[in-house]
Amino acid sequence: MTFLSFLISGISLGSIYAIIALGYTMVYGIAKMLNFAHGDVIMVGAYICFFATSRYEMPPIVGILLAVVVCTILGIVIEKLAYKPLRAAPILAVLITAIGVSYFLQNAALLLWSSNPKVFKPIVPTGSRITLFDGQLSISVITLVTIASCIVIMIALTTFTSKSKMGKAMRACSEDKGAAQLMGINVNATISLTFAIGSGLAAIAGVLLCSAYPTLVPTTGAMPGIKAFTAAVFGGIGSIPGALVGGILLGVIEIFAKAYITTQLSDAICFAVLIVVLLVKPAGLLGKQIREKV
Amino acid sequence: MKRSMTSRRTNLMNYATYLLVIAFFAVITVMNSSGNLSSIMKGMLVPICAYSVMAVSLNLTVGILGELSLGHAGFMSVGAFTGVTAAVALGNHVSSAPVRLLVGMVVGAIFAAIVGVLIGIPVLRLKGDYLAIVTLAFGEIIKGIFNNLYVGLDSRGFHISLLSDTTNLDPDGTLIIGGPMGLKSIPTIATFTSGIILLLITLVVVFHLVNSRTGRAVMAIRDNRIAAESIGINVTKYKLMAFTVSAALAGAAGSLFAMNYTTMVANKFDFNTSILILVFVVLGGQGNMMGSIIAASALTILPEALRSFSTYRMLVYAIVLILVMLATNNPTLKSFFSRKKKTDVPLDPDEPGDGDEGKEAV
Amino acid sequence: MKKLLSLTLALLMVLSLAACGGGTAETTEEAEGTETTEAAEATETTTATGDAFKIGGTGPLTGPAAIYGNAAKNGAQIAVDEINALGGDIQFDLRYEDDTHDAEKAVNAYNTLKDWGMQISLSSVTSKPAEATSVLNMQDRIFGLTPSASSVATIDGKDNVYQMCFMDPNQGTASAQYIAEQSLGTKIAVIWKNDDVYSKGIHDTFLTEAADRGLEIVSDTTFADGNDTDFSAQLADAQTKGADLVFLPMYYQPASLILAQATGMGYAPKWFGVDGMDGILTMEGFDPSLAEGVMLLTPFNADSDNEATQSFVAKYKEQFGEIPNQFAADGYDCIYAIYQALTNASATPDMDAATLNDLLIEQFSSMTFDGLTGESMTWTDGAVSKDPKGMVIQDGAYVGMD
Repeated sequence: MTFLSFLISGISLGSIYAIIALGYTMVYGIAKMLNFAHGDVIMVGAYICFFATSRYEMPPIVGILLAVVVCTILGIVIEKLAYKPLRAAPILAVLITAIGVSYFLQNAALLLWSSNPKVFKPIVPTGSRITLFDGQLSISVITLVTIASCIVIMIALTTFTSKSKMGKAMRACSEDKGAAQLMGINVNATISLTFAIGSGLAAIAGVLLCSAYPTLVPTTGAMPGIKAFTAAVFGGIGSIPGALVGGILLGVIEIFAKAYITTQLSDAICFAVLIVVLLVKPAGLLGKQIREKV
Repeated sequence: MKRSMTSRRTNLMNYATYLLVIAFFAVITVMNSSGNLSSIMKGMLVPICAYSVMAVSLNLTVGILGELSLGHAGFMSVGAFTGVTAAVALGNHVSSAPVRLLVGMVVGAIFAAIVGVLIGIPVLRLKGDYLAIVTLAFGEIIKGIFNNLYVGLDSRGFHISLLSDTTNLDPDGTLIIGGPMGLKSIPTIATFTSGIILLLITLVVVFHLVNSRTGRAVMAIRDNRIAAESIGINVTKYKLMAFTVSAALAGAAGSLFAMNYTTMVANKFDFNTSILILVFVVLGGQGNMMGSIIAASALTILPEALRSFSTYRMLVYAIVLILVMLATNNPTLKSFFSRKKKTDVPLDPDEPGDGDEGKEAV
Repeated sequence: MKKLLSLTLALLMVLSLAACGGGTAETTEEAEGTETTEAAEATETTTATGDAFKIGGTGPLTGPAAIYGNAAKNGAQIAVDEINALGGDIQFDLRYEDDTHDAEKAVNAYNTLKDWGMQISLSSVTSKPAEATSVLNMQDRIFGLTPSASSVATIDGKDNVYQMCFMDPNQGTASAQYIAEQSLGTKIAVIWKNDDVYSKGIHDTFLTEAADRGLEIVSDTTFADGNDTDFSAQLADAQTKGADLVFLPMYYQPASLILAQATGMGYAPKWFGVDGMDGILTMEGFDPSLAEGVMLLTPFNADSDNEATQSFVAKYKEQFGEIPNQFAADGYDCIYAIYQALTNASATPDMDAATLNDLLIEQFSSMTFDGLTGESMTWTDGAVSKDPKGMVIQDGAYVGMD
């Protein structure tokens, strides 16, 4: 039974990684850039929701919506100011700019909201849980909410990219920007839309992350951001189902490593598994192996 | 004809780089002897050298080999921990600080090179961002291991244990690496002169490698792996060679860096440090060693120069970083500087290589 | 070449930016600057003229550990303002520099302060940076009193570096003694942070003392930076092994997560914390019911009836909008301890750092100090001796345990 409860905490942690990884994967798939500031957009989203629900005592749903709106706007603004002028620049220049944006968001948050940790008010009360098998297994409600939101978001995004016109435009841009442009797709607008969606997702990820682990500081998003990036690569960066698989596997491996091997080296074990996977499947679990043209 | 022209230009750049380093050394020495050097500058001299070596060595991987590495600080860490261990162990027998420092740096370089080979063999099979993430993973693994490693030395020799301190040292023994406590009581024997010497050696090694047959093979692989393979270049061998040299130099730099401080923890060499060094490389220009040194020095001094902004310091740093990236990649500015040059082909964004001096030497 | 040119242009921009920002600070420093270098040449110490003592400290003002540095800085600033408002002979000029909880940056910050003409140092706020800067305190003969760097290595072998906080091993030993004497638990679990000097120091001595006292440690698990959000595996380990008391040698931020997750799992052992746990109740939005019954050894209690504490807390709230934690109180006490020592020694601001250093060592090794974080504090070899207070959290407030 402890195995099952570890598995559930692993999936819950993994679901959060997966939602964050989605933001990385979408932006990477279309703009071919690693948006290292993504983790910090998560932090901003969590702060917005915190202020809405704790300081101004709005209902959680309003807080979430507000966070999504603010983060979407933030994402578009960042893209316009910092990334768009670099469309033609080498990929590494954009990577460094993204890191600059990440520092900027962290330090702006530090100045605006101070370094004192805030305790996030979870969207469902802490301690509310469901017990199964005569109390042998207990699952907290937030775990279920997290996993459910992850699945819903995943289905919605897959439908969006495969069915809607905008989604198809996004896929076309990710395949071949030049050809997409020739087909009359507005590549710039599509990239901006991707950032908007990615940042909106970041807000939701922020709320879920802080509901499960309720302390909020300006660096809250940094490490989950890196872990989620790892998860995105794990599953095959650029692939939406890959982000789900990668995120959940990473979460489960992390919890299992802590529970069954040693807490001291759990991160090292996680990364070692990642390396082995990438050596066997060099494009990640669900990534497309693109054959090089001679 | 064109070939000899470009290689002459490359040589000129190389000499200019040596000259810059020597001039920097001369200026600092004169300022120091005339008492015009502030404590803050004095304190930053060794780190500037160490970071410059880090930037140049990473530039070998990123600029010349064309592979993105996000775990370069891991090699620095290996160098720091093994190098300091060697210097401490030697302390009982050799009193000369320069000798201990030298041995420390050599040992650091050797261990980092060994780790470089071990990591390079699997990693270099991967491409692009997958390679980047695996180097990041290795950096984190190295950090995790050093955070749990205990190395002690007493009259019976070395005692090594992992996870918990079971070294059971004699009373006269010293615990050199104390897990999360990191390196304790490091002999602070690093000097500015030794830093400059290491930097010059690094430049000699890198320039010779780049201008040799090996270097041309490495750059051929960067520019077109399949073409290089088809003309019989052993891709794995040359990639591994460049990667290992890069790791060894980083190890020596790590050893130098650690011996400038009394204490050092594994967390110092984390992902953020790797990124910081990558920023030096990108800002200085991929393949451009002089640029790496200037960028490393400038970005080491910048946060200190911004102290008068007090709480806004890091915010200003971030803004400066973004603005510099935007400015150096601004098409208008770029075309202004390269008006005389006719070949300004828009780069394929998938290609990590970037138009620069190193590339032209091919 | 074009790259290099544009880079140079960019760097020029950077430097001009730094220069205009630095304008005001530099002009004021210029006067002292020349003097400082002269003195440094002659005696390797710094001299300053003026009517205020220059006190400098380093701490993490940005980054993940910023909360500790800012608290100590703010606490010290309140004390300085109070003393300066008295208008006596002793006036202070306090300057804090950011070290981002990193030894390298701490050395830079220390050197910046030295160039400024620092006469007395508040060392560093956190342990690892303090281990690096305290060596410089020793070399430069600048007296150092750290508010909160609690590792042994901070003061070990240095005659002029003193601590305002408990040393880590003392806390570990005291906690184990307390638990054994009060028979608080029979099966004990420890969760600690294995890349943190503070946590490691307490953990190690706690284990040693616990073994001597016959306490049974059933679970010993860790976490680290970047891995400090999910504690389900650690808590499950403690729970399945039947631990009835969990010892948490860590700061309050991860502790608050552990308490929340344990509640989520339905695990309710006794919790025992150390001084880093102080502050948990002041976190904005924290549900105090989660910390109900948590025991901790702490020198400072923001809810205390003590008049001095109440006035400090009120001022802190007014200026910084938050309730001060132990670090703020330590910073406040440091300034007052130095004030007392300087008054006793009749020191004047025109004395150089080396002279002040000798005077302060003499005073600190003999004086008794009453502060917010303890009464009748005395120092031996740099380590403070004060009684930790056993506190238990009841209805969202500290209550003395005995």
